[in-house]
Amino acid sequence: MVKKIITNKLKHDEIIKAESKNLNFFYADGTQALNGVSLPVYENKITALIGPSGCGKSTFLRCFNRMHDLYPGNRYDGQIILQPDNTNILLTDVDPIEVRMRISMVFQKPNPFPKSIYENVAYGLRVRGESKKRTLDEKVEEALKGASLWNEVKDRLQDLAFNLSGGQQQRLCIARALATEPEIMLFDEPTSALDPIATMNIEELMSELKQKLSILIVTHNMQQAARISDYTAYMYLGKLIEFDATNKIFTNPSKKETEDYITGKFG
Amino acid sequence: MNPENDLIISQRLAKNFQRNFRERLIEFGLLCSGLIAIFITLAIVYVLVSEAIPFFQHVSIIDFLTDTVWTPNYSIKHYGILPLISGTLTTTGIALIVAVPLGTITAIYLSEFASHKVREIIKPILELLVGVPTVVFGYFALMLVTPMLQKIYPDLTTFNMLGPGIVMGIMIVPYIASVAEDSMRAVPMSMREGAYAMGATRFQTAIRVITPAAISGIVAAYILAISRAVGETMIVAIAAGQQPNFTFNPVESAATITSYIVSVALGDLEHGGIGYQSIFAAGLTLLIMTLLINILGHAVRKKYAERY
Amino acid sequence: MTIQNKPAANKNLDSIRKTIANHKRHDFIFASLGTLVIASLTITLLILFLDLVIDGYPRFNLDFFSNFPSRRAARAGILSAWIGSSLVLLVTFFVAVPLGITSGVYLEEYAKKNWFSDLIEINVSNLAGVPSIIYGLLALGLFVYSFGLGQSILTAGLTLALLMLPIVIVSTREAIRSIPVHIREAAYAVGATKWQVCRNHVIPYSYGGILTGVIIGMARAIGETAPVITIGALTFIAFLPPSPIGLEPPFINFDWLESGFTVLPIQMFNWISRPQLAFHVNAAATGAVIIMLTLLMNGFAIKLRYNIRKKIKW
Repeated sequence: MVKKIITNKLKHDEIIKAESKNLNFFYADGTQALNGVSLPVYENKITALIGPSGCGKSTFLRCFNRMHDLYPGNRYDGQIILQPDNTNILLTDVDPIEVRMRISMVFQKPNPFPKSIYENVAYGLRVRGESKKRTLDEKVEEALKGASLWNEVKDRLQDLAFNLSGGQQQRLCIARALATEPEIMLFDEPTSALDPIATMNIEELMSELKQKLSILIVTHNMQQAARISDYTAYMYLGKLIEFDATNKIFTNPSKKETEDYITGKFG
Repeated sequence: MNPENDLIISQRLAKNFQRNFRERLIEFGLLCSGLIAIFITLAIVYVLVSEAIPFFQHVSIIDFLTDTVWTPNYSIKHYGILPLISGTLTTTGIALIVAVPLGTITAIYLSEFASHKVREIIKPILELLVGVPTVVFGYFALMLVTPMLQKIYPDLTTFNMLGPGIVMGIMIVPYIASVAEDSMRAVPMSMREGAYAMGATRFQTAIRVITPAAISGIVAAYILAISRAVGETMIVAIAAGQQPNFTFNPVESAATITSYIVSVALGDLEHGGIGYQSIFAAGLTLLIMTLLINILGHAVRKKYAERY
Repeated sequence: MTIQNKPAANKNLDSIRKTIANHKRHDFIFASLGTLVIASLTITLLILFLDLVIDGYPRFNLDFFSNFPSRRAARAGILSAWIGSSLVLLVTFFVAVPLGITSGVYLEEYAKKNWFSDLIEINVSNLAGVPSIIYGLLALGLFVYSFGLGQSILTAGLTLALLMLPIVIVSTREAIRSIPVHIREAAYAVGATKWQVCRNHVIPYSYGGILTGVIIGMARAIGETAPVITIGALTFIAFLPPSPIGLEPPFINFDWLESGFTVLPIQMFNWISRPQLAFHVNAAATGAVIIMLTLLMNGFAIKLRYNIRKKIKW
């Protein structure tokens, strides 16, 4: 494992990009999946969410682009404030479509559309009404380069996306999310379906991406959180137990539960 | 960074409004076609009832249901639906006697005995059999099956209920086979493994374990078969004669509800006349019969619902 | 000790083996029975087809397709019938397919799961079970007399569209249901609206399944006889409807919609009903044409569905 220099103090020069404030979430059947979660997402940083299965970390992530709106009966309570315009994106009069245009998402399983590689990346732009061939070409190339996939696919952009390998498909999904120049990117266990080499590629990619945007990632893999993230939040039973700089969480957590989870005594 | 941010807020809201308005409009359009099924059902009930009401002002419902003579074209007119019902039930009965055993055997064989390869060949053939138009089956009944039956039983008239009944049965076999087979295939593999592990043979497993487990689907298949047979028109219209006859004897000729409607429609139909109204009364009877069969089927299926 | 026990064990084993052999015989008997039933069904289909072809063989020539029906069997043809069938199906297609697909999309993607969607659902499945002749009566009362469309191609096309609609709706829904949720979520996540998700993803990815349903529905519409007779289609038509495509602008006209017509199965039924044997030959030839069309279409649809099942791996 990579050894990191222990820095106990939290940097205070971070810019907050988004922040959840006292967020509760209820599924249609009435179960409460999130309980008063308050958590900042810093600009140009990677924030990792860890915790045992069913602790609500994916539920929390999916609040950020209002994915829960797709299924009737789900209910948010609380705020997620998006900066710089200081809007609560959970308000019903905020258009979820607009939220999703600003905050994009990469899923657990690579889920390319059964269309060509080019069309997959261009889709987000087309949805925004972009139809000029030249602009599309440029942005698709840029996004594929950004997802370090360009060299592998530049000669076969019209191939069906299903013909790519699992790791390539996931990078294609990242390119698809990247093409629309989002402000925040959400990753829901992006490497859980991939082999170690593909996982490494994606991790490197994320470290590059944070130069341009903010990242919130859910992961099952604690080493992954330790390797790539700047901040880590530990969640359990729908509650945020501890949030701190990654170094601190992994070396000197202030809560007993966090320590138990990290050291493998629990979870 | 994001182009959306560069837009002034009012512009952005206008864009959102435009988009949401279009979405609503599309949803409304889709809703309208989603409602088409309800419109059709209402229209069927409305048309049949509104045309049958004047008929029943003319003919009392008691006569309609108890008179055993149906002679709307004679000078002494009788409107008893019983002869048409007897024809319908007789042909349906013959069809079921043919189709139920054949269909069930086919289903069990395909689901439990046939290899994957055989199934891949046979299922499409059954589906093709479903697609054969009934008018062709009618030709088959009149020109092939009845002459064959006449060799065995020379007194058989050209128009009878036996021939079309048998052909109708053959027509229905694929329906029973495919629905029953689907429900047998849906029985979890663990139940088969349990039976085999105890030393049961294929046949024992199929009869003692799979068939009881899939009984609700098998019953559904029979119900579907009955409602097909009751509503079948062309085979009986071609090969059973179109003479209303209160009998359950399969070697006699008879008319069914459906073939009566066809025979009236083929003649000169006087709009609003009693003949015109009578086919709606007959149609209403048919619809109620199919409805009752379906309700019965629903009740039976509920009773035997899968419990695995 | 073991040696002493052996005969008894053997005897026991023998009886077990006997029982098993007995059971296996049941297996064998049933397997043979099943094979026999299936073989006879297949042969029936074959005989049916061959019988029509052999009986109708004398009429298989171009004249049969280019002649009007006639009082003389040998000179009678199916020109008006096949043109009538084509035009009726054209109407059916353009009514049933858009309505069926949009209805399926609404039910699957838009309708909230409540008593109302249950009601629609029950309606669709009931409609599929309503005898076809009832649709004929509906059309007779509604289209022919209430709407005053008369016994026209339009009426027949609409009637068959009603019959075909449940098939299209059901196949659309099944195709849509097989698209995994994560594909929809992927589209929503880049900011697509509901309709964009449907138009760009859900509907295009369901084309194969929908097409299968459309073909099966059309094949059924070709052979459907009873409802078309019920609306009062004429059985003897010795003229053609006005051509849908004209040589002068506006090139397309819709007069044919109001024209009288006959269709292939009615023509066949008419010839079967004649007492003269010579007409039965015509009926057989018409039947062969109909069955050829329906078998080809159904075969294509089955093949298509098979290919879709094999190809798609979400």
